[in-house]
This record gives sequence, structure tokens and C-alpha cells, in this order.
Amino acid sequence: MEFWLSILTGALFATSIYLLLHRDFVKLIIGVILLGNATALFIFTAGRLVRDNAPLINNDGTLTETFADPLPQALILTALVISFGIQAFALILFKKVYDVHGVDEADDLQR
Amino acid sequence: MEQILILLPLLIPFVTALLCLLFRKREALQHVITICGSLALLIAAVLIIQQVETHEFLCEQVSGWKSPFGITLTIDMLSALMLGITALIGLLVNLYGIESIDSKRKKFGYFCFYHFLLMGVNGAFIAGDIFNLYVWFEVMLISSFVLLVLGNEKLQLVGGVKYMILNFIGSSFLLTGVGMIYGLAGSLNMADVALFFKSGDYDPLATVAATIFMFSFALKAAMFPIFFWLPASYPFTPIATTAIFSGLLTKVGVYALLRFFSLIFIGDVGFTHTILLAGAGLTMFTGVLAALAQNKIKNILSFHIISQIGYIVMGPALFTPLAIAGSIFYIIHHILVKTNLFLISGVIEKIKGSDDLDNIGGLYRKYPIFSGLFLISAFSLAGLPPLSGFWAKFVLIKAGFEIQEYVIVAVAIVTGILTLFSMSKIWNNAFWKTDPKDSKSKRDPAEGTLFKTQWKMLLPIVLMALCTLVIGLYSWPLMKYATIAAEQLMSPQDYIGHILNTR
Repeated sequence: MEFWLSILTGALFATSIYLLLHRDFVKLIIGVILLGNATALFIFTAGRLVRDNAPLINNDGTLTETFADPLPQALILTALVISFGIQAFALILFKKVYDVHGVDEADDLQR
Repeated sequence: MEQILILLPLLIPFVTALLCLLFRKREALQHVITICGSLALLIAAVLIIQQVETHEFLCEQVSGWKSPFGITLTIDMLSALMLGITALIGLLVNLYGIESIDSKRKKFGYFCFYHFLLMGVNGAFIAGDIFNLYVWFEVMLISSFVLLVLGNEKLQLVGGVKYMILNFIGSSFLLTGVGMIYGLAGSLNMADVALFFKSGDYDPLATVAATIFMFSFALKAAMFPIFFWLPASYPFTPIATTAIFSGLLTKVGVYALLRFFSLIFIGDVGFTHTILLAGAGLTMFTGVLAALAQNKIKNILSFHIISQIGYIVMGPALFTPLAIAGSIFYIIHHILVKTNLFLISGVIEKIKGSDDLDNIGGLYRKYPIFSGLFLISAFSLAGLPPLSGFWAKFVLIKAGFEIQEYVIVAVAIVTGILTLFSMSKIWNNAFWKTDPKDSKSKRDPAEGTLFKTQWKMLLPIVLMALCTLVIGLYSWPLMKYATIAAEQLMSPQDYIGHILNTR
């Protein structure tokens, strides 16, 4: 499982950086979204993958032997909210740039 | 008392920002709130510096969760000094902003985001774990996005796009680094991570994480080769915004570099710190060369920020107590001087209507006192004795000689001379040269009138120039604090012990 997730993370990173190198705003924003997701998936995979057991204390007060680490998930949740906010801001900004300048490519932005 | 004190740098800007948001449409009330908030922040910062001087470290485990499990807030001498200078600059630029920001921007929540920005900066300085550092970086970043494009002017929007995309990439790398550290150490508390890397073999993967963090912080600090977002966005915002950005934002990146590369990533100094050193040299040299090619005051100053960042990074790169003390001294000096130069350029633009060196001139004849204020800041930036910049550069260069890093010393000296050249270019063109426009029909106010009507803009400039003079002529107290901070940074075991054993 970790192997496939690592491949997926790498593919996401590669795609997002490829898209970020474009001058087209639409591709740029997709790149921004994918980069946010790639980092989230990276944290998830780097935090070790454990299946089946939730991180809950049993009724008798003991812990199950193996359980999924809840911390990376908490980190991802925070990071996703932040990157969602930035994506929303980016969309509005690009829209505004299009309104004011009438361009949708980074190269056409004149100083 | 101590527990409340450590939270004040976060709570005061937060409450002020919320109040400003509530009274968004009432300008006069906002002015009162924003000044009171900044003053309270300054008082809190002074109290914190006093506390740190006696107690060395201030620690707070949020809601009583013991470290390394809970959220830790820590203030050591470096954080305290940074909080102090942030509060001081925050107050002075606020006063300037009341006069210079137009009422449309104020009603759109300029002051609200200004205080959220201060909160983010303060949070980054007192965060005790890596993920919280990331979150505070984002708080700071999102407020800066809004401040950057507030007003929706054409050039602002273009600058905003470049600034946003590049800083988002930097944040993503920071987050990737956080993931790597968690995968390696299983903890994100800075002290705990440092302890993990110190005990046992230094994992080569830690060096990979170090370079990822280095990339992200270098981007935020505008180091070579990833500095181009800064001159593309800074000169186009209202001058009060540019001034606070130039003072604080890049310095948070430098602070993070100082913290990480003296506390956590010290297992492979030969590799990581050599990269930092090369980066520092290239940053200062390319920055100053680019500045020489510019012809507008704000663009020249923007490129000088980059060049100065090179000097500051030289400290952690050389990695000796003296070099780090010099670096901390340099940060304080740089924030004062650079912010002041931007504020002065704002006044020039207000008087002359332009900051293009070809179109202005004759300021010295009409405004000798104002010109003197510029001269103090500009020569201090270039490092002329006895001003503060001289001592900052002197300490760093001395530290470089002590460990025989002659190349970086040579680069630093050459850059200093080029900076002087660049500053005298502004002086010659804006102040000494006769005004290229017809001087008969001019309606420029006389100096006395200028000081009387624009006192809110000129008072911060005078105060900052005085601060520069004081830390130049009487540099011992600040140098003492910087030395204490450097000693704390160079002995990370104290930091680790204080955080992991508190309560």
C-alpha cells in the first residue's frame, strides 16, 4: 500500500509542478490545487500506514497493539483547510486580474 | 503572570483586528483602536524582554498538555528581541498608515489585516513546534495577500499573482518538510525533534529534510536564486504596506532559518551551512547589482532588501556565536533602516508626485532636515561609521575573519561599497540635483508646513532615524542582548531542557 501511495504522491507532485510552470492561469490554479493535495498525501504516507484499528482506548483502559496514528490526519485536516482558503483566494485574484487586465496568461501581464 | 504574558503578543493583535473589523466603516474610531492596540503590543513586548532577561526562557504549554504532546509556545532572547522590534515597527508604521492610506482601503479593512499580519508574525516567533510555525506562516501570508491587493490597482494585482503563486509553492515545501520530519522523528515539537536528531546516528534523510526547509525559508526570505517575487510585488502597494512588508515578512523567513539551522539541523554542518554561505554571498551580490540597474527609488530599495538578507544569512551560515550575534544585530538594524527608507520614499512621492529619479530633484534645497533624515538611514544601510549598519557589518566581517572565510568577507565588503554607491545615486538625483521640472510654478509646501501638516508621516521617520542613531552611537546594550540570544542559540541543550522539563 505504501508503495502505491508513494508512486501516487510522486505523480501528483510531478503533475502539479508541470502545471505550475505553465503561463496559463487555468493550468496554474489546477497546479496549485494539486500541489496542496500532493503535500497532504505525502504527510499521510510519511506518517506510516496502519489498517484496521482506530486509535481508541479499549474499555479496560488498555491500548490495542497497532493503531493508526491520528496526528498526521489532524495535520492534513489543518493543511487542507489552509490550502483551500488559498485556492479560493487565488481563483478570485485571477478573476480580478482577468477583469482589470483582460488577460489570462502570465506572460501577457505587462508591468 | 508569565503564562498570560507569553500569550499577549497573539491576543492583543487578534482582539485589535476583530475590533477594527467590527468598526470597519468608522474611520476615526478605527484610528483610535489601531493605535491603542499597537501601543499595548509594544508594552507587552517590553515586559517580555524584561522577563526573558531574568528568566532566560518563557514557556507555555497550551491548555496544560505536556510537551512534546501539546502545543508549546516558547520565547527565548531571539524571539523576545524579534517581538520587540515587530511591535515597535508595527506602532510606527501604523501611525504613518493612518495618514497615508486612503479611506477606501481603510473601510475595506486595512487595519484589520494589518493586525492579523502582526499576529501571524508574532506567532511564528513564539511557536515551539514546527507545524504551528507553518500555521503562523500561513496566517501571515494570507493577511499579506489581502494587504497586497487591497485597492485592486492594476499593478498591485499583477504583483499579487506573482507573490501568491511563489509563496504558495514555498509553503507547500515547508509542509512537505513537516511531513518528512514527522516521518523521521515521530514528533513535531522543535525541542523533541532536536533531541531525536542529537541522540543516535544522524539520518541522511534529515539532510534531505534540511534542504527542503532551506528552500522554503530561503524563498520566504528572498534569497538567491528565488528572490524575484519580491521586487515584482513590493513596489506597487501603498507605501505603508510596502514598509511593513519590507520590515517584517522576509525577516520571519530569516528567523526560521536561524532557529532551524542552529537547533535542529546541526548534524551535517559541513553540507547544509556551506549551501547557506554560498547562498548568502550570491544573495548580497546579485541583490546589490540588480539595485544598481534600477532608476526608481522604491525598486532600488526593494532590491536592497535582498542584498541585506544576504548579510543576515551570513551569520547562521558561518555558525559561530559572534556571527549569529552579528546577524541578530543586523536584523534589528535592517528592519529599522529599511522600513524608514521606504517611509521616506513615500514622503518624497507625496511631495514630488513620483519616485522616478529622472523626474525629481532639488529636495535638499527645500527640505534640509528631511534630507538629513534620509542621509542617516541611507548611510546606515551602506554601513558608514558610526551608524548602526557599520557595527552590524563590522561584527559579521570580524566573525568571517575569525574562521578564515575570506571569500564571503570580500563579497560583504564589496557589496557594502556598492550599496554606498547606490545610496549616493538616490542622494545625488533626488536631493542634490536641481529639479528637472520648472521650479517657478511649483506648489511644494515649505519644510515647516510639511512637518506641521504631515506630522503623522514624519514622526515615525524621525523616531526611526533616532533609533538608528542611538543603536549606532550607543550600540552596547543591543549588542549585549544579541550576544545573549546568540549564546542561547548556540547551546541548544538549554532550550531542549527548558521545554521538555517544564512543569
